[in-house]
Formats: sequence, C-alpha cells, structure tokens
Amino acid sequence: MPTTEKPENAPEHCPGPSTEQAGKASACEGCPNKNICATTPKGPDPDLQIIKEKLSSVKHKILILSGKGGVGKSTFTAQLGFAFSSDENIQIGVVDIDVCGPSIPKIMGLEGEQIHQSLSGWSPVYVQDNLGVMSIGFMLPNPDDAVIWRGPKKNGIIKQFLKDVDWGELDFMLIDTPPGTSDEHLSIAQFLKESGIDGAIVITTPQEISLQDVRKEIDFCKKVKIPILGVVENMSGFVCPNCKGESKIFAPTTGGTKKMAEDMKIKYLGSIPLDPRIGKSCDMGISFLDEYPDSPACKAYLNIIEEIKQHFTKKN
Amino acid sequence: MTETETETKSTHLTGIKHIILVLSGKGGVGKSSITTQLALCLAQKGHKVGILDIDLTGPSIPRMLGLDDQQVHQASSGWVPVYSDENQKLCCMSIGFLLQNKDDSVVWRGPKKNAMIKQFLNDVCWGNLDYLIIDTPPGTSDEHISIVEYLKDVNPDGAVIVTTPQAVSLSDVRKELNFCKKVKLPILGVIENMSGFICPHCEECTNIFSAGGGEAMATEFGVEFIGRVPIDPSLTIILEKQGDENISSSSSENNLIKKYSESNLFKVFTKITDKIIELNQQKINQQEISQREIIQQEINQREIIQQEINQ
Repeated sequence: MPTTEKPENAPEHCPGPSTEQAGKASACEGCPNKNICATTPKGPDPDLQIIKEKLSSVKHKILILSGKGGVGKSTFTAQLGFAFSSDENIQIGVVDIDVCGPSIPKIMGLEGEQIHQSLSGWSPVYVQDNLGVMSIGFMLPNPDDAVIWRGPKKNGIIKQFLKDVDWGELDFMLIDTPPGTSDEHLSIAQFLKESGIDGAIVITTPQEISLQDVRKEIDFCKKVKIPILGVVENMSGFVCPNCKGESKIFAPTTGGTKKMAEDMKIKYLGSIPLDPRIGKSCDMGISFLDEYPDSPACKAYLNIIEEIKQHFTKKN
Repeated sequence: MTETETETKSTHLTGIKHIILVLSGKGGVGKSSITTQLALCLAQKGHKVGILDIDLTGPSIPRMLGLDDQQVHQASSGWVPVYSDENQKLCCMSIGFLLQNKDDSVVWRGPKKNAMIKQFLNDVCWGNLDYLIIDTPPGTSDEHISIVEYLKDVNPDGAVIVTTPQAVSLSDVRKELNFCKKVKLPILGVIENMSGFICPHCEECTNIFSAGGGEAMATEFGVEFIGRVPIDPSLTIILEKQGDENISSSSSENNLIKKYSESNLFKVFTKITDKIIELNQQKINQQEISQREIIQQEINQREIIQQEINQ
C-alpha cells in the first residue's frame, strides 16, 4: 500500500512517501528508499475515484474476514446471501476475493457458469434475480487450474471486480476474503477507503490455534480502521446424530470466542454448531437454511443474520 | 552478490538430508497439525527434525509445539532455531518467535514476505538435520512460488498434500496439485485429514466432512494416497495442555514427543510416517537409477566415439 504517512524509522525531515517532494527533498539524500519514493507515481490512485462513483449505488459493504482458513467464511457469506435474498426487495451482491482458492461458485451452486461482458462492464452471475455473484472461479478455463499469481496481479483482479463489474443498485455487498492479512486484505481496504466499508464480520472456530490468528485479524482491522460488526463462532460443538450426545471437537481451551470478544471489546454475534449437513449442502451448492429450516444450526444462523439486519435497520 | 547468496544458502541447507513441503490449497485442513505430527513421529524414531513455518500472517507451529513465548537467538553463524526438547531432536523456526506481541498482525504484501522466507532459508543455522518439514499457508501465491524458487538448487524431496474429504476443499486442493505439476515439484502423496469422527458417547462414526474424497482425487491425479487421519479432539488437548504446563516447569517440554506417542493418533500416524519415508526412498532410488542410467549412457557414447576414433 502506498502509505500516506511517514514510516516510523524515516529520516527526520522526511516529506512523506506520497508527497510531491518525495525522493527529491534534501532530507532524502542518503535515505535507502530515495529511489523508490522518487519513482513511484504520486498522489492518490485515480482509480479510487472511479470505484467510488461505480459503488455509489451500493448502500452497505460488509467484509467477511478471518485470520484462519477453513473456519467457514465462504459458507457464512453464502448463507448470509441466501438469507438476505429471501426478501425480494433486497438486492445483494457477493464478491469473492479469494483469488487462489475461490469456494463461492461451488457453495452457491454456480460451478461452470461464465461471466458475460456487456457495454456497462462484466455482468455478475445471478443465483436469482436479487443475488449476484462475482468470483475468479467463473473465469478459469478449467475449474482445476491453479491461479499462480503474486500480489500485484491479485490486486489487479480485485480492483476489476469493483471497477468493471456492472453491479447496479445494491442494498448489500458481501465480500468474502481469503485467510490472512496480506495483499488481498490491504487492497480491498485501500480500494474501498473512499466509498467506505460498513464493517467486518469476523468468523472463527473455538480452539486457541484459530483464535490466535483471528486476534491478528482484529488487530489488522484496527490498524486499517475497518469497524468490526461482530464475531461469529463456527463449528462450536457437535451433536452426534446417533445418540444426541454433544462433543467439543475443536475444544475451547482458552475460554472460546466469547471470552476473546470480551477481551478485545468487540461484539459477540453468536455460535453455530457443527452439522454434517452444512458441509453437504455446500458441496451440493444449495442453501442449508432452505433445506433444513428446523435444525438447530439453521436457527443459530438465522439469529445471527437477524442481528446483523437489525444493526443496519437501526442505522438507516 | 547473487553468488555469495547462493553460497551462504548452501552452507546452511547442506546439512539437511531431506526436505518435505506440506501443502494445501485450502485453509484450516490441518497442514500445521499434520506437520507437527509428522515431525513428532520422525523425532520419536530417532531422527533429527526441523520445522520451518512460512505461514507469515498466521503462524501456528509455535503454539502447537508449546513454544509460544520463545525467542530466536542470534549466533555468529546466523539465527538459532528454537529447540523443543533438551536432546535437540526437534527444532523449529517461525515468524511467531520474532513478534514482540503475539497478537500483532503481520500486514505485509508479497515482496516483504518473500524477503522473510529468503532470510529463513539463508540465515537460520539448522545444523545437521535428517528432515526439514516446511509448513505453508493456504493458496498458490507469493509464499509458494518463492519457496519453490529458492529451494530449486537443493532439490526438495517433494510435497505432502493435505485435504479434508468434502468437495469444497477438494476443489481447492486440485489447484494445488496442478500448481505442483506446473512448478515441477514432486508430489509424495495425499493425506486425507478430518475423515470421520468417532462419538465418545456411543462410538458411532460420523463423517462430518464426508469421506473418501481424498483417495478418489489421488487416483484421479495418479498420485499416491498416503492415508486417512480421523478427527480426534484429544490431539488439540495434548497440544494445548503442554502449553500451559510449560509455564510451570520447563522440563515438561520433553514430554510432548512422549505424550504424543501414547495417544491414539500416534498409531495412525506412524503408518503414515513410514509410508512417507518409503515413498521418499523410492523417489530417491528412482532419481539415482535415472542418474546412473544417464551416466551409463554417457559412458557408452564415449566408448562408441572412442571406437570410431580408433578405427
């Protein structure tokens, strides 16, 4: 990210790396970054303005984040999308910025679909009239192809998803992210800086191994100033379908998500139990919530989604 | 400059007999836990093992080995890896040891991550190791391209691919297999993790994340299927507990290998480890055979030329 502020270890009279004087001021003599500062383009990225205009018709932008992989970011994003879209008056867009491992097409039952190009840009793939989806999965000639890209190329495609897609009027844009705190995360935060992110929903599983990565993600959100809507605990207990006995597969040895949320002073949205049918629904690309509306996991989902909805109705 | 770089790299990595990468396209499938278990099994067999954790934005290895609060020390020859036991059978290096506060996020773009990985390979003095196991983040991006590139000269043995059985995970792991093919990294085989959970109350086995998908994929891609690892919450408990005990007494560190060797998963994993060693040996033998063949061909050709000259 072309930082606008001076780095901590900069020389005393550093003009700041994104100013006109960068690399040219007298204080820059002898600075090891002189060359980098002098050659990188100055001023704000002109594309940010275009993105802002393009996304001015999007009311709310929500990020789904987690420091840890495989905790259910994509599953949650998809279910949130399905649940919102049951109201025909709400328009939803889902953006999958996990470039190296896109799961959204499969989970939402859109495998094998293609992107169409029109005069106003790429048109997203629609699950139903009010639920559009964009993912790199739609662009691969073969679904098994590896996307072996370094950072800059990933950032390029993310920018295109925001800039070149004809999203139209949207009430919610849900952004599904890869695990970590690297290129994709910095870029999306940077690209949406002008148009504003409403907040992030952080997903975790109960065990400490996962929580320690998620704490890093929360630290990241604080650093880049993305507000956190709340944290969701996924896979939080397994009820045996045979004997109804409950077991903690991912044992919360350090107090679990609730305690972490208290420690870090963020909202705890709720927990979702582990249900083999969730994974199965994802594999088949159908909505778990529509398929098993009576299951405890579905109720847990709906409670959390209701809470998120409330947050936005209050805001409006 | 580049020459001196490769020289230092080779001096630190030449003492290592085998290098194995643990890869997966999907996150949270158990790369770090498989890495840890593989290392513990190998160490239990008497090998000297090192773990290199190149998951820079989410390092898990320090916690799994109960080394959360350890620091890296600097010696004249480079960074000293952190040893988990007194006999120095198991050591590891991770960015987790370099952070001031363990909850700090590492918000880095590609180039900085690559530089860090390079530094891990160049500056860590591993000493003599039988195995170096490299734990990676999910995906097929900067870290993966870089590690393969930097290891090119030292010929890593190959990659162990970890997956869970459900289709969503498999579709990402297929990408990883294609990545290995593209960058010509040999694949040792596929491990299916989290396949089945045995209810502690009624002994009924439930396939939470479906079953059998890993094996089917291995056959489809023509790679070896190494084995299945069931979900066992006791592993989390062993790994987590030793972290707590460490605070009270430092000698209990040694117990991790011992404690693990008493758990149920150890039996499953010994078989997997044996298979990996065997596959490794096969690969090496094949390489030796093919090298011998090449040499033999050259000798033959020379003889032919010699004969022609003589005539």
